[in-house]
Amino acid sequence: MAIAIGDKLAGRAALGDRLRQAAEGVVIPTLALIAAMILFGIFVAVSRVDPLELYAVMYRGAFGTWFSWQNTLTRAAPLILTALCTALPAQLGMVIIGGEGALVMGGLAATAAALALPGAPPLAVQLAMALAGMTAGGLWIALAGGLRHYRGVNETISSLLLVYIAIALLNHLVEGPMRDPASLNKPSTRAIGAANMIGSIPGTDIHWGLVFGIIAAVLAYFLVYRTTFGFAARIAGGNMRAAKVVGLAVGRLVLAMCFLGGAAAGLAGMIEIAAVHGRANGNLAAGLGTTGILVAFLARHNPLAVIPVAVLLGGIGASGGLIQRRLGLPDASVMVLQGIIFLMVLASDALYGRIRFFAPRGG
Amino acid sequence: MPVAGALGIEAVAMTKRFGDFVALDDVSLKVAAGSFHALLGENGAGKSTLVKCIMGYYRPDQGAVIVGDRERSIDNPRAAHALGLGMVYQHFTLVPAMTVAENLVLARAELPAIVDWRRESEALEGFLARMPFRVPLDVKVSALSAGERQKCEILKQLYLERRLLILDEPTSVLTPPEADEMLGLLRGLSDRGEITVLMITHKFREVMAFADEVTILRRGRLAAQGKVADLTPDDMARSMIGAEELTAAPARLDRRGEARLEIRHLAALDDGGQPAVRDLSLSVHAGEIVGVAGVSGNGQRELVEVLAGQREASAGEIRIGGEAYHATRDEMRRHKFSCLPEEPLRNACVGRMSVAENLAFREFDRPPFAFGGVWLRKSRFREEAEGKIRRYRIKTRSPETPVGMLSGGNVQRTVLARELGERVEVMISANPCFGLDFSAVAQIHAEIIAARNRGAAVLLVSGDLDEILEIADRIVVMFNGRLVHETPAGRADLVEIGRHMAGH
Repeated sequence: MAIAIGDKLAGRAALGDRLRQAAEGVVIPTLALIAAMILFGIFVAVSRVDPLELYAVMYRGAFGTWFSWQNTLTRAAPLILTALCTALPAQLGMVIIGGEGALVMGGLAATAAALALPGAPPLAVQLAMALAGMTAGGLWIALAGGLRHYRGVNETISSLLLVYIAIALLNHLVEGPMRDPASLNKPSTRAIGAANMIGSIPGTDIHWGLVFGIIAAVLAYFLVYRTTFGFAARIAGGNMRAAKVVGLAVGRLVLAMCFLGGAAAGLAGMIEIAAVHGRANGNLAAGLGTTGILVAFLARHNPLAVIPVAVLLGGIGASGGLIQRRLGLPDASVMVLQGIIFLMVLASDALYGRIRFFAPRGG
Repeated sequence: MPVAGALGIEAVAMTKRFGDFVALDDVSLKVAAGSFHALLGENGAGKSTLVKCIMGYYRPDQGAVIVGDRERSIDNPRAAHALGLGMVYQHFTLVPAMTVAENLVLARAELPAIVDWRRESEALEGFLARMPFRVPLDVKVSALSAGERQKCEILKQLYLERRLLILDEPTSVLTPPEADEMLGLLRGLSDRGEITVLMITHKFREVMAFADEVTILRRGRLAAQGKVADLTPDDMARSMIGAEELTAAPARLDRRGEARLEIRHLAALDDGGQPAVRDLSLSVHAGEIVGVAGVSGNGQRELVEVLAGQREASAGEIRIGGEAYHATRDEMRRHKFSCLPEEPLRNACVGRMSVAENLAFREFDRPPFAFGGVWLRKSRFREEAEGKIRRYRIKTRSPETPVGMLSGGNVQRTVLARELGERVEVMISANPCFGLDFSAVAQIHAEIIAARNRGAAVLLVSGDLDEILEIADRIVVMFNGRLVHETPAGRADLVEIGRHMAGH
């Protein structure tokens, strides 16, 4: 009896520790965000813009109206997927920053798949595009993972360099072998055809990519926290030496996790083609992969947290147009804000475990 | 020129708290000038805390330090050094890539911007001429043996004109003959009244042979104090452990069976790509504990890492039960392979995952933990963990507590519970008791012997020769990556083993 009560108390204490830990994961990124907003406020104040007015305008541009919400959510969709490209390998302790490359390769492969299947039913074309995009993106990042595991090449550097290779490949193909002769100003491939576009969620201007993104994030969450594969990955990510002692096939885990992350970014590329551009061209490399890194870090690599953070970052992007029109700031100003946020988030990493309030009390 | 000669020290009613935890509770200690004083105690008894308070690393909550005949406030190690107090650590603090002379000169508190090396080396030669032992000045520290390095550490303290030396387990990396030589030198220095020695240790033999007086701490309190001549090792052990019940080791059954683990011509490289294990062959039979003795750094770690699957072998093969073994999960299961690596938090656990999760690392992908080999059943993690926590007496607040928050003994118990939870046929164990208290050590030894009695082949690699002598059936000595000596434990000759450990 006494033991049972003791157990229950202990359980409650552990729950308290877990809550404190969760709170730490929310409070510290929030602090980083606020610090970034203050710094950016100083930055715009130098340009004689009232920071408070700026943030009010940004809020309206991102979340103020149904129109701005649709804009925000449309921008958030690919960010969720490219963030997973960083967040999934991060479970294994890897820092992959090559989501942009996987997105470009995914977009290219999806376009090629659509162009290779003229006259097929749209659903089949779309499926083929998604499969091709995910495979291409997955293999692209698995390459970085393989280099890391079997050759000891730093995965951060290799995945970054693979971005440039992917963009060079894209440029080569759209200006050469895959170029549509009719595209004069902006070299592009031929269009995949209006029938093959995936369209919008009924009643909105938001394309279906948002739904794919949310499904992917939820699946990723369950994969990481509820399956044996995710458990093995968390062991390996927490301590590679311990994973080897219990005989886990670490190489396979690395390749699989990198493939899944790359597949998510590749799917984002497919969606960019099938829902936005309709053809592959230089617009594919628009920095969505790069912003995805920021989303993943802000979300502490938690696949579920990626969703709201992507919406937030999507909102910041969506507000760029409005602050240009209303305050006369260049719309690239929001890129400055993003950059400052990224710096602050990276710097805030040093705070984990340092704030007494969040320290576990268990023993 | 500061006053030469040994310095006495007294710590009065020292108390040090860390949060709610009282690490040191009203402990007094008096070390007479020119004496050799031993400070005994289990891990966590407060020895290091006391010494760190004296040296100014910690600020005691209460208490005072009297150096010579005056009370001094020592706020930082520099203040301690200025008073003539010096400390020698368990691990070396010399720069391996520099010569002995450079290490000595650079250790000085005040160094001119441009060092006149010719004058310095003349001064060093003069200094060495006054010393009872010599080390080569122009040799790089990396080329010295462990014993010579420890001598350099002491020489450095003398060169810096320290008059009281505090040594923290100074012999833990030395062979028994090296340890005796070094302690003998210190003893000689203190007999001549040149220095006072305060040595932290857990080896009774060293206390009996070299110390005048001993202070024993238990759980932060003073447990006993007195002249070594008036005490027996049994008295000291009782004071250290107190009334704590230790797990009794089961009687050894003679069940030696067929060769279960066979290592053939194994070779492995260290992290720097240099050969660490060279052409090593060894077989361990069922129902047998083979102890691998040796000074650490002779390839034992790399050997264990290869067996544990953390390092690739560069040549040779490992066979278990007659089959080739590559440390895959399937093979580990088929051969009922388990591993107690050293530093369990670094090698066998994920600190931020819970005790329950860490306990399940071997079995999480099978029922009852996993449904269909894919879906985790969280509730079973807790249930399974509760049983093991009780059976192995793991002190944790709950199964959900991150294992990194447990004390060292309880982390090792967690690994023990996981690795011995199922039937074991082959077990690799490396320094399983390093840094643990008596009750944890007794429990771990009892479990290892019990596994052996059930027919497991156990390979025990340990830097602690006493541990090997206590539980191994057969002893091999590893030196420079090779096995250089083998003897049944019953006929083990300490001198012979020590000679082989030193490579003679």
